[in-house]
Amino acid sequence: MANIVIDRIRKSFGTFEALKEVSLTINDGEFVSLLGPSGCGKTTLLRIIAGLETATSGDVLIGGKSVIGLPPKERGLAMVFQNYAVFPHMTVYENVAFGLRMQKADDARVKAQVEKAAGLLHIEQYLDRYPNKLSGGQRQRVAVARALAVEPKVLLMDEPLSNLDALLRLEMRTELKTVLQSAGTTTIYVTHDQTEAMGLSDRIAVMHNGVVEQVGTPVNVYNYPATRFVGGFIGNPPMNFIKVPVTNGQVAAGSEPLTAPKDSGNEVILGLRGEAVQLAPLPLGLEMKVRVAEPMGSHLLLTGSIHDQPVRVILPSSETVRSGDVIGLKLDPNRITWLSPESGKSIPAVTA
Amino acid sequence: MSAQTTSTANPAGFVSSRRWLLWSGIAALCAWVLVPIYLVALGALGGRQGVYQWPKTGLPTGISLDPFILFLKTEGVLQSFLNSLGAAGITVALSILLGAPAGYALARYNFHGKDSYRLLVLLTRAFPLAILALPLTVSFIKLGLYDTIIGVGLIHTVLALPFAALVTQGIFLGVPRELEEAAWVFGCTRVQAFFKIVAPLALPGIVATAVFAFVISWNEVFAASVLTVRNRTLTAYLLTVLSESPMHYRFAGGLMLILPSVIFIFAVRRYLFAIWGISSK
Repeated sequence: MANIVIDRIRKSFGTFEALKEVSLTINDGEFVSLLGPSGCGKTTLLRIIAGLETATSGDVLIGGKSVIGLPPKERGLAMVFQNYAVFPHMTVYENVAFGLRMQKADDARVKAQVEKAAGLLHIEQYLDRYPNKLSGGQRQRVAVARALAVEPKVLLMDEPLSNLDALLRLEMRTELKTVLQSAGTTTIYVTHDQTEAMGLSDRIAVMHNGVVEQVGTPVNVYNYPATRFVGGFIGNPPMNFIKVPVTNGQVAAGSEPLTAPKDSGNEVILGLRGEAVQLAPLPLGLEMKVRVAEPMGSHLLLTGSIHDQPVRVILPSSETVRSGDVIGLKLDPNRITWLSPESGKSIPAVTA
Repeated sequence: MSAQTTSTANPAGFVSSRRWLLWSGIAALCAWVLVPIYLVALGALGGRQGVYQWPKTGLPTGISLDPFILFLKTEGVLQSFLNSLGAAGITVALSILLGAPAGYALARYNFHGKDSYRLLVLLTRAFPLAILALPLTVSFIKLGLYDTIIGVGLIHTVLALPFAALVTQGIFLGVPRELEEAAWVFGCTRVQAFFKIVAPLALPGIVATAVFAFVISWNEVFAASVLTVRNRTLTAYLLTVLSESPMHYRFAGGLMLILPSVIFIFAVRRYLFAIWGISSK
């Protein structure tokens, strides 16, 4: 009912280009995260969709209708702000009811909707309080309830969890997912926290320097990053990048050489997820010098170097490796991302 | 031995001398304000004998409200008091109506020459009124504003307006922009958002600004003296009349000038603290 089409949006502040021709389509009922480091333009894009910022050029369509030039209130959306933006001079009830009151809904409907939204977010017992008597997490719930109460076609969220402490953030994340799954609202969620984006989203759009570098499902973006930036930004520890020489279309990796992608030149970057390796006896595996071994309980985190380039790999906690060891690693060819050293973009692998 | 005792006594001595400094400072500042008010009140309420009594005891002996009431009954006092209220009312209304929108614009929008505008607003206060007095009188006579309360109110507005614009700017900056944006998203036009969200939150600060405008007008004497003849404000009236009055009348007039300002400022002190960014709790 309300898909969103972002069509070649550009935005410049003076000479600074915050968004460089961003295009993105979000399907009806889909949850899409805009993920990127601060300053990548993700919040600017969200504000353009909301109508709080005007794009330099380009178009935004909500439900097939261009909304460029329409004021925020005519776009049929709701928004959750980073610092909650709960109205301090109104009770929680009036805050949640605000959107409905502006729509001139009758009292019975206001009451029903407020109670429904308050129930979803577990804030029924605070309805007659003022926001200054609430904790950060409770205010956040009020802000989400206020957004859900109007049953928006589109829900925009601007880093809604970033002001909460770590434990509360985890709790709210799970709760948000439950609530939004049942609401079925088209949602755009801005965050710089990759675990939030991975956990909540149907699809993730990774942004960097005003460009969408990759759009895909969390698993897809994680396993097959389109660029070096995406691989480095997503995942903890980030993807390892090892520059390796290519000889006769092959890359040496212990006793079993890997087939390099067709388009690679003399050198290629081997993008390797830390957990996509297995321990192997040395002449057979790729040599890694372990500088520090950290047993984390659930897994064993190794920091060291391959070909004198820093890497971090994860092994099952059952393996015993100590700091200073030299070990052999067997790589899973299907989980290797090949990247061009020049452009930083991924190169399709040769599939057997 | 003695060195040891001084070194151990030092931290405590430091704290107590700091405390002593603090309290003596507070006492001095309070005395600075309160002692003159007290002496004026004493003169106003002590009657003829009280004023000329020597040596002064400084104690409230022989005090009664009668001399003050007698003063209030003097011809012209009440009328000029009302005139002052009228001029102050006009000043408050105009400087809020014009100053608050200017402050809002300064707080919320970026426009060319914003900084120069701010400076310009302030510079109007740098222009000495004495130089403007003659041309103002001439043009006020031409416009028919001479010797009217509206005319005095307009000039006082000019004096209070820069202050109102700059202070309300600070107040509107204190209302987070996101609250307004949230209101827009949830169905408000800009105007609705201002009246539903921004105005209620800015109200204490705007009230304080209004009181300051009031005090500026209430205390202003130069323009009021130059621009009126018969419809004098209280300050202008007292200035001309008091030099020929008995001493206790002068004190009564002084008290009448001081009190409204003091009472107003005291009543809204919470909001004034809010302007300066000091928590009132």
